[in-house]
Amino acid sequence: MLDDFFVRALLAAAGTACVAAPVGCILLWRRMAYFGDTMAHSALLGVAIGAALGIGLGFGVFGVAVMVALALAGLERTGRLATDALLGVLSHFTLALGMVVLALSENAFRHDLIGFLFGDVLAITSGDLAVIWGGGAVCLAVLVLFWRGLVAATLHEDLARAEGVPVFRFRVLYVVLMAAIVAVGMKVVGVLLIVALSIIPAAAARALSRTPEQMAVVASTIGIASGVLGLFGSLWLDTPAGPSIVVSAAFFFLASLAVGPVARAFR
Amino acid sequence: MPGATPLVEARGAGVRRGGRWILHDVDVAVSVGEVVTLIGPNGSGKTTLIRVLLGLLEPDTGAVRRDAAASIGYVPQRFHVDPALPLTVERLMLLTDRRPPEAVAGALEETSVGHLLSARVADLSSGELQRVLLARALMRLPNLLILDEPVQGVDYLGEADLYRLIGGIVERRGCGVLMVSHDLHIVMAATDRVVCLNRHICCTGAPEEVVGHEEFRRLFGPDGATAAAVYRHTHDHVHDLAGEAARARARGSGVAG
Repeated sequence: MLDDFFVRALLAAAGTACVAAPVGCILLWRRMAYFGDTMAHSALLGVAIGAALGIGLGFGVFGVAVMVALALAGLERTGRLATDALLGVLSHFTLALGMVVLALSENAFRHDLIGFLFGDVLAITSGDLAVIWGGGAVCLAVLVLFWRGLVAATLHEDLARAEGVPVFRFRVLYVVLMAAIVAVGMKVVGVLLIVALSIIPAAAARALSRTPEQMAVVASTIGIASGVLGLFGSLWLDTPAGPSIVVSAAFFFLASLAVGPVARAFR
Repeated sequence: MPGATPLVEARGAGVRRGGRWILHDVDVAVSVGEVVTLIGPNGSGKTTLIRVLLGLLEPDTGAVRRDAAASIGYVPQRFHVDPALPLTVERLMLLTDRRPPEAVAGALEETSVGHLLSARVADLSSGELQRVLLARALMRLPNLLILDEPVQGVDYLGEADLYRLIGGIVERRGCGVLMVSHDLHIVMAATDRVVCLNRHICCTGAPEEVVGHEEFRRLFGPDGATAAAVYRHTHDHVHDLAGEAARARARGSGVAG
């Protein structure tokens, strides 16, 4: 019935979405959506560097994303420009630099630019799947283990610190998680859309949740459903898989907008 | 409580930002059972001092000492929840650690908001939110409460209620309180000591001493001083009629004569 590659695609999309969405929730709460985008945009540079150093693309992407976050933190400390402006500079600079470095490099990646930008989930190998599920499982374990601290540090830094939460460490942990999500999800929806797979299910989950935990679980579920719906949709309509997944997530978000008014009408 | 080791104490604390002192040479201490009120105009460094005392900000000069036995309940200024973050009162109570349901319910009852357990934080009024935050602080069984503008955004009547509540807590639990206000109404009867801050300590003492102080009058104007005095008078009168929380009030009214 279903070809093997399609099953792998489903598993890859579900595995990515289920960890990307809770991280996306924190991204929304911290108002850091654009920060996530900036990290994701640096991924092309990570691909080029990872290939050049022969350390594996995933590690290259992860390392460069963390370095971009450090660069941002350093620039913020100078206090010369607002974070918004710094993100605008870094985001586009790293994207452009990634393209330039890729074009200069002698490897085969330069031919698969669209795949890096928008994902190539139908070409996922068993090895890719192992990376996605392995990396995803580690991220999920970290999220579950440190969730209370992550939420507390997000809600009110001073209050959390006064009550013994090591806020700075949680901020670092959060950046590392985001970098890992970019590395894990790059193959599924691409560097331009990975943040969409994080924040759109999270935004859709907002109207359906009363607590942070509910929102994380609902977001994960919507993310997985978007992956499945998007892949079947792309099969049926012969559309690109990654963008179809994101469009499906956006449908869930639009539907969630009706939840508030409908709930009120039946009260 | 003279002679007791202060729960928290700053000596010569100073904080510099952008080449100027936003806090300079500040000495302040709070002991068990003592209510200290910090007043001063906007930008006078009240919240900075609180953050220094809590250990959230390292002072550039001077030293801060927190007693090993000090257990601090903190209510921050400006508690804003992003609309993207769904939060119930119950979940807010359990923000930084797990507590049994009885402890949560008990603390909320103590500040008269037990009925709000499953309410959404976004739906609370300012007064309700302040009470929930106070309950959070109390749940940690503190011997020192640090309240940064506990009556912000609360209307005049609600303010009096909140002060009465805080006075009652002090009386029942005997904990020390350090409270911040930018308005003069904070000069409540239950306050033992007022510290008037304007980047440095302008004056400090019992409420009526401070109101009569020259620097205080310069900072708030003669009208401000009168307003504070009038407020105190009204407050004492209300207390006479109500006849509750007598000890806490008696402390203030005794000095007021």
